[in-house]
Amino acid sequence: MMRIPFAAMLGLFFTGVYFFMAIFAGWIAPYGMAEVVGDSWEPWSWAHPLGTDSIGRDLLSRMIWGGQTTIFVATMGTILSFTLGSVLGFIAAVRGGWIDQLLSRLVDLMMSIPSLISALVVLSVMPVTLPILIIVMGVLDATRVFRLSRAVAVDITVMDYVEAARLRGEKQLWIIFREILPNALSPLIAEMGLRFIFMVLFISTLSFLGLGVQPPMADWGGIVKENKDAIVYGVPAALVPAFAIASLAISVNLVADWVLNRTTSLKGGRG
Amino acid sequence: MHPVLKLLVQRISLGLLLLFAASILIFVGTQILPGDVAQNILGQGATPETLANLRAELGLNDPPLTRYLNWLFAAMQGDLGTALTNGQDIATSMGKRLGNTLFLAVCAAIIAVPLAIVLGLIAVRYQGRWPDRVISGVTLATVSVPEFLLGYIAIFVLSVQFRVFPSLSTVYDGMPFLDRMNAIALPAIVLVLVVLGHMMRMTRAAILNVMQSAYVETAELKGLRKFTIIARHALPNAVAPVVNVVMLNLAYLVVGVVVVEVVFVYPGMGQYLVDHVSKRDVPVVQACGLVFAAVYIGLNLVADIVSILSNPRLRHPK
Amino acid sequence: MSDVLLEVKDLKIEATAYPPGEPPQDITIVEGVSFAVDKGKVLGLIGESGAGKSTIGLSAMAYGRGGVRITGGEVMVNGRDILQIGSAGLRGLRGKEVTYVAQSAAAAFNPAKKLMEQVIEATLHHKLMTKEEAEARAISLFDQLGLPKPETIGNRYPHQVSGGQLQRVMTAMALCPKPDLVIFDEPTTALDVTTQIDVLAAIKKAIRDTGVSALYITHDLAVVAQIADDIMVLQSGQMVEYGTTDHIINSPTEEYTQALVSVRSVKHVEQTSGAPVLSVNGITARYKGTKFDVLKDVTVDLPEGQTLAIVGESGSGKSTLARVITGLLPPSDGEILFDGRTLAPDFEKRTRDDLREIQMIYQMADTAMNPRQTIGTIIGRPLEFYFGLRGAEKRKRVQELLDDIEMGEGFIDRYPAELSGGQKQRVCIARALAAKPRMIICDEVTSALDPLVAAGILKLLLNLQKRENVAYLFITHDLATVRAIADSIAVMYQGRVVRYGNKTEVLSPPFDDYTDLLLSSVPEMELGWLERTIANRKMEAAGN
Repeated sequence: MMRIPFAAMLGLFFTGVYFFMAIFAGWIAPYGMAEVVGDSWEPWSWAHPLGTDSIGRDLLSRMIWGGQTTIFVATMGTILSFTLGSVLGFIAAVRGGWIDQLLSRLVDLMMSIPSLISALVVLSVMPVTLPILIIVMGVLDATRVFRLSRAVAVDITVMDYVEAARLRGEKQLWIIFREILPNALSPLIAEMGLRFIFMVLFISTLSFLGLGVQPPMADWGGIVKENKDAIVYGVPAALVPAFAIASLAISVNLVADWVLNRTTSLKGGRG
Repeated sequence: MHPVLKLLVQRISLGLLLLFAASILIFVGTQILPGDVAQNILGQGATPETLANLRAELGLNDPPLTRYLNWLFAAMQGDLGTALTNGQDIATSMGKRLGNTLFLAVCAAIIAVPLAIVLGLIAVRYQGRWPDRVISGVTLATVSVPEFLLGYIAIFVLSVQFRVFPSLSTVYDGMPFLDRMNAIALPAIVLVLVVLGHMMRMTRAAILNVMQSAYVETAELKGLRKFTIIARHALPNAVAPVVNVVMLNLAYLVVGVVVVEVVFVYPGMGQYLVDHVSKRDVPVVQACGLVFAAVYIGLNLVADIVSILSNPRLRHPK
Repeated sequence: MSDVLLEVKDLKIEATAYPPGEPPQDITIVEGVSFAVDKGKVLGLIGESGAGKSTIGLSAMAYGRGGVRITGGEVMVNGRDILQIGSAGLRGLRGKEVTYVAQSAAAAFNPAKKLMEQVIEATLHHKLMTKEEAEARAISLFDQLGLPKPETIGNRYPHQVSGGQLQRVMTAMALCPKPDLVIFDEPTTALDVTTQIDVLAAIKKAIRDTGVSALYITHDLAVVAQIADDIMVLQSGQMVEYGTTDHIINSPTEEYTQALVSVRSVKHVEQTSGAPVLSVNGITARYKGTKFDVLKDVTVDLPEGQTLAIVGESGSGKSTLARVITGLLPPSDGEILFDGRTLAPDFEKRTRDDLREIQMIYQMADTAMNPRQTIGTIIGRPLEFYFGLRGAEKRKRVQELLDDIEMGEGFIDRYPAELSGGQKQRVCIARALAAKPRMIICDEVTSALDPLVAAGILKLLLNLQKRENVAYLFITHDLATVRAIADSIAVMYQGRVVRYGNKTEVLSPPFDDYTDLLLSSVPEMELGWLERTIANRKMEAAGN
């Protein structure tokens, strides 16, 4: 009975394809991640559908392996930022008082510096490894999830049905999980898509700046960096991963938009 | 004291407080996190003596509070310290680069702000019809695309295929104005695209919000023309939200500039910061972080002030 | 030349609905409505919310709000069909021949512009007067409408004047261009009852003095009876009855109209006081971070199985009293006794049994139920929480409670969004009853409901009271409701109880000043009430 609009269908399809390739990269990729198979920047051919990169690795294989890294890091970062941000946001909203004040002011402070700048500052002293990248991005981005989930939860906690539950004598956990969470879920899920996109862009930007995933490991931002010099010779190798990033971002955006619209139309439903 | 003045003083002090807190955060972020700065700078092969020397030189043996206060007071007097990598005075090397960055950002803003507002107005005027759909679709796409992709597409099309603008933005002192404009054309275009989408979408939402208010209906029921309604009733109330949107996005531009400068090898603050992060030159990173934070906080402050000033309830208290 | 100013024939109005997950559908919201307004006459349009009365009113300006379209019929103003005159023609009509007074003047004024500029805007736009003439007319209208400082009030901004004043300024704005017809869209609904009577009198006087015709839209039959020559009763976008005011009020023929007229006739025989189940002793309270006492030394008793009505206008502190009793707002002074023992001031310190004994029903049933829970879960939770009922046993008891509130089979697995406003409020009553409380606080439980539905809820509450012997603390601003169900009454004004006692005692003279003002301000369903009340007040003022 649920009908999915065409745009959301398209988004779901491409998102699915990217995740599938990321999960099964080992079976799909024709060559190894760091395997040199030809000359540098060979043009597109049957053997190498996307050509080769700066030192002669198969670009298609590298794209698939790179996608695995990018999507893995972005997913982990999203999970971290979501867990951290939403749990703290709900706690701040339900408890109020000094806990709310402390967390909210801390988030204000963290958001007073652009997250890319914060990440660069921290990464200047930390070893650049995948776990560190995930933690840095997750924590910085958790501030946004915190604000959203706190706002959503505050809107819900002032509802009379939450007051009724409190006056009944319900425990805090019941109130969070049975009264607030079911009503906060849809906007949060839509936001999750946007956060994932942000993570993809964030890790790609860091790698492009040379401060993210370190070679020889591949990720999309890093592949752009490795191949950017060829652009001036008219070799579009650097544009391939960039398009992958953009199309993944747009696909997820379409899905998130649809989820969000569905929620608002539910709200505007009868009654 | 007039309540508006009181609020302004409050907001400005809050901004200063925030900047102060941000300086602590930047300092803590670079100094106290796990990972030994000296070790990181010299790498794993460093001997204990060189490590100890470097620690002494960086003042790492002092207690953190002393180091922070020394750094803060020096920074307040305009002394940002010296770079570890080349021993140059940071304030001096930063000055020219900051100028370059601001020049680029201002150029982009001059194009992007009016364009975004006009596109936003068009989208509102033709809400739900094709001009609105086209504008919204295109901006949704630019919002989803990373800055460096826009940069390389611009290079690929405008400088490789059509050879209109140079792909590298080399600027130097005493460069003629037109040459300078030609050099920064590509990065400026990319920056415009980067902020345009967000700015236009938010402007559209802000104006739509005003257009749906009851007093616009009142004006319509007075028999006024659509244009008169927008100009006389909607715009005065839309100024605050639109300025807010513009400022937020200019703050966003500050971040975009980092990546765009790297793409076009433009000698600005972003390039400077990224270079020295890779070299783990902590004093430079701290200084750059502080400057970026100051600009960002400043822009948000301006947005706050404008919305206070344009609120009739605050300007004309009961 | 005929005397007919506005003639609407066979009006049909449609809108587009967007049900979730389905394609948009066109729905008819008004059909087959015809009426006429003569020069200098006032037609009242009356109906419950959703009856289409505002939509019909705005059709006299050929205006559809938010996607609403007039798709059939004729709207003749001054002899021409305004549905055929195009957008330029409509701009010439709106603000010149026909003007509009909105329900919420606070939202209808541009916050960034001075009042005078907005009041004379239409007059100047249509080039009806010079700026000086328009301003002079506006000032004389301000004066006629009884606004303070008529010469200078125009220099203020909307947020600088009170709601009642703003509504009068809006009336002046509508009258300034000397229109032929003014549409009043619930102009007094948002006001307190003591303010409403003044605005109503001012509007009536202004209509009479200027000789303008008017469409007066409201849901309150007693109000429209004071001001209209003819009345049309609407229900779900269709005409029910149309006739002179005298006919509609005194001899209505349709069953629906008769119900509307007699809606305030729920009867309850007052009981004399028994032992109190709840005693409020010298409560003084303020909100955190404020320096102002919202409640000052409030003392009332609620006798077992009876109803105490707390009456007052907005800001009188009546809802705060409920928060203090439930323990949401611990008082700064005084105590609450339940069954003779002191209750902990903070609800978190109360025992589960104490919490069970005092239940609450809210004004907005919509926000009082979790939209993601079924009716069965909502009513079942107190059963499970307080009495440990589970499974089939719980379900059986929920169904019994649903029967008690006169909602039969088939509701238990539905969600709140699938119920009507009255049904939602009934479910909230069942949830309160499920706890088997000794007392229930009813906070404006009928004021968001249409009169007929509200009467049903009141009858239900009275029946349940008899059967379950539960006491009600009934908070309301509506005196008709109080008359219908109270045993004793406390009148609150600015945080104090100004009058307290048995119903007959409180509602009989001699009155204190405030109660007198409050009681005499409630419109009564009879012709000429407004004139009589105003005349009485003038006499009293002259006597003093």
